[in-house]
Amino acid sequence: MFGYYLDLALRSLKRNKVLTALMVLSLALGIGACITTTTVLRLLSGDPLPQKSDRLFYPQVDPNGKQGYIAGQTEPPSTMPYIDAMYLLHARRAKRQAVVALTSGKIAPQRANERPFYSDGVQTTADFFGLFDAPFQYGGSWTAADDEGGAQVIVIAGFLNQKLFGGANSVGRTIRMNDHDFRIVGVLKPWSPQPRFYALDLGGHDYGGDGDAMFLPLKTAIDLKMGPQDLECYDTVTNMDDLAAAPCRWLGVWVELPDQAAVADYRMFLANYAREQVAQGRFSRDETAMLDLVDWLRHEQVVPDDVRLQAGLAYGFLLICVLNTVGLLLAKCLRRSREIGVRRALGATRGAVFAQFMVEAAIVGLVGGVLGLGFAELGLFGIRHQPAEYASLAHLDVSMFLFTFVVALLASLVAGLLPAWRACAVAPAPQLKAS
Amino acid sequence: MQIRPILSTLRHHKLTAILLTLQVAFTCAIVCNVVFMVVNRVHRIGVPTGIAENELSVIRSTGIEKNENAQAQHAADLAALRAIPGVKSVVAVSYSLPLNQDESTSGICPSKQALDRAIQLNSIDGSGCLEPSVYDGTPGLIDTLDLHLVAGRDFRPGEYVTQGKPPVTIITRALAQHMYPGQSALGQSMYDGDRFIRVVGIVDTLLRPNLRQPGVDYDSMILPQLPDDSVVTYVLRSAPQDRQRVLAAAAATLVKVNPNRIINPKRMQAYSQIRAAYFQRDTTMIGLLVASTLGLLFVTALGIAGLANFWVQQRTRSIGIRRAIGATCGDILRYFQAENFLIVGAGVVLGVLLAVALNLLLMTHYELPRLPLWYLPVGALVLWALGQLAVLSPALRASRVPPVVATRSV
Repeated sequence: MFGYYLDLALRSLKRNKVLTALMVLSLALGIGACITTTTVLRLLSGDPLPQKSDRLFYPQVDPNGKQGYIAGQTEPPSTMPYIDAMYLLHARRAKRQAVVALTSGKIAPQRANERPFYSDGVQTTADFFGLFDAPFQYGGSWTAADDEGGAQVIVIAGFLNQKLFGGANSVGRTIRMNDHDFRIVGVLKPWSPQPRFYALDLGGHDYGGDGDAMFLPLKTAIDLKMGPQDLECYDTVTNMDDLAAAPCRWLGVWVELPDQAAVADYRMFLANYAREQVAQGRFSRDETAMLDLVDWLRHEQVVPDDVRLQAGLAYGFLLICVLNTVGLLLAKCLRRSREIGVRRALGATRGAVFAQFMVEAAIVGLVGGVLGLGFAELGLFGIRHQPAEYASLAHLDVSMFLFTFVVALLASLVAGLLPAWRACAVAPAPQLKAS
Repeated sequence: MQIRPILSTLRHHKLTAILLTLQVAFTCAIVCNVVFMVVNRVHRIGVPTGIAENELSVIRSTGIEKNENAQAQHAADLAALRAIPGVKSVVAVSYSLPLNQDESTSGICPSKQALDRAIQLNSIDGSGCLEPSVYDGTPGLIDTLDLHLVAGRDFRPGEYVTQGKPPVTIITRALAQHMYPGQSALGQSMYDGDRFIRVVGIVDTLLRPNLRQPGVDYDSMILPQLPDDSVVTYVLRSAPQDRQRVLAAAAATLVKVNPNRIINPKRMQAYSQIRAAYFQRDTTMIGLLVASTLGLLFVTALGIAGLANFWVQQRTRSIGIRRAIGATCGDILRYFQAENFLIVGAGVVLGVLLAVALNLLLMTHYELPRLPLWYLPVGALVLWALGQLAVLSPALRASRVPPVVATRSV
């Protein structure tokens, strides 16, 4: 039976080539626009660390002064001063914890005739790599003792290792950065979470790139006066060189908490700490916050407004394309009232007529989907050639590929519903009587 | 023209007519809002900076020598750059230029009393104090950027400082008006918390490195402060067609003067590239919005034309009968045009309401101003015109149906 409907549908579509082309084209345009924008939206709102994002938390305290403070209504800022970050680090209340700031440094080349260059880096503490599942190619992290002693050790990214040492195992070798020697303790495999969640609000970009080139102990960076990329001071600074004591916020803290109980404990611990600081007069505000990774990304609104707007627009566009297809299919099926009347008179049930028209709609949808896939590839190609941070990431994956056909079929079946229902409601007798 | 027969025909095609009306309504709502967004962004990217944009090239140099004498280095660099053929003038600035996103701001008050007020209020809002962007540079900045002095004078050679804070400044007209409303700013002394800065000149326009709100985008001040860091930005002025050549020559010259420096090719730009980079997202968005508007209108026109075609085919016989009993070609043509006018009209009325609703929705989610009401009649007219255009060919075909059709059986 299905084969017969298919045949009927193809005949009917062939009879009105221009109209069929119009339906397919408008549906394809709508689907292409939707798939392009949904791909970008999904890419940007993706979970950068799906295996453990629900166990990673970002604690916040508020060292800001009294000015502009309304109890219960202000949110703590996104970064912390050194003193508080160190307290949370040393308290070891979580399974793992790390303190993060961004930096950049001048790296001297290994070969004589090359020029020095600047690379982005992360100032952090020993647990960073375990906390974020950063994979090592060679070697491993530095130790907590290196953190305390401000040892001149460094972990470099795979691409930097490639550039400096041609990809060989460089653990134990020395690189010169900002005119100081650093011993390499580890080399990472390619690691570039999107977005760069661990450094939101610390300065620098959120999406794109190959990841940070180097990782070094925070204490070492402070000792060598490598400033952070972003710094916000909430009080008068007397000595900018002494960042550890300055009343400035510049550090992000991440903790790993294995279960609900641990999360509740840590919240309590953080709240107590803030209250203590208020009691001691160091803080004026006792608000704290601790969001998990996904909520933190949402809170920081890493997905640009423009992208959301584009997606909304694309779905509006699809809506109009579907309406358009409904109208055209309807007109088409009403013109065939006589044919339907004859089929019904010869014994076809309402269900059979309905099925016939749905098959016709589905064919339009599938062809529209294939064409729409082409439009989506074209759209993504366009996006890849934009200078946006996330441009290089815009690719169609298998799930989006399947999603395209689901959207196409759904759109065309919804569009076919009304015409098919009208068609099967045609009463055979008047159609046969007329002329 | 009689409306009644049209309405009674449409009653027979209720469903199709409603669908077309809905499609027109949604198109009207979306197009009105999208066009409004496009116009907003076009306004944004057209903001004037006040400098000679298409004559400037910018190159940043990062010295990597320890303990280098920045002043001597800059002087040597400037002399060498000035000697490049085609370079009309050149200055060094620390980093700030309009729209280059490297910003330095400073809280400053029209008087000491205003600062006290700000301290009392615990906020600079309402105290008269402002937070302008601060530009610096070597002598010749005003001429090289082609700023227009509307009052006062340029800095004197003796006023430039390297360390410490200069006692004089040149401010923009906007800052002058905001700082000293209703009086002349020239000769006034502004207070920044520990010293007074006298206004010696006022320039017409100079945009900030980062846009904020439209009201304060031009609040800038220039200090006679020489860049004193190993990272420095040179601004070269040349004829527009010479810019690429001048940039390449400048990079080569700087390396020749002192090879111990890094010149990042990304920081070597004609000024127009800086501007394009600042508005890159807006330009992309404008392109996308315009493309989707055209796509929408195209799809809607297709829908109208497709349906009209069907109706013409369907009614060939009745058209023939009408012709046979005396209707002219023009009558038939006008009949289909009027029918289209009614359907699109109904869609537009609904669409205008939807447009306002969509605008309100967008205002809650995005920073979008209220849709000016005059967009609505314009959008309605555009859709009416589009409808008439789309229906023209089917209607003409209908008008050519010969009366003899009435006598044939279909």
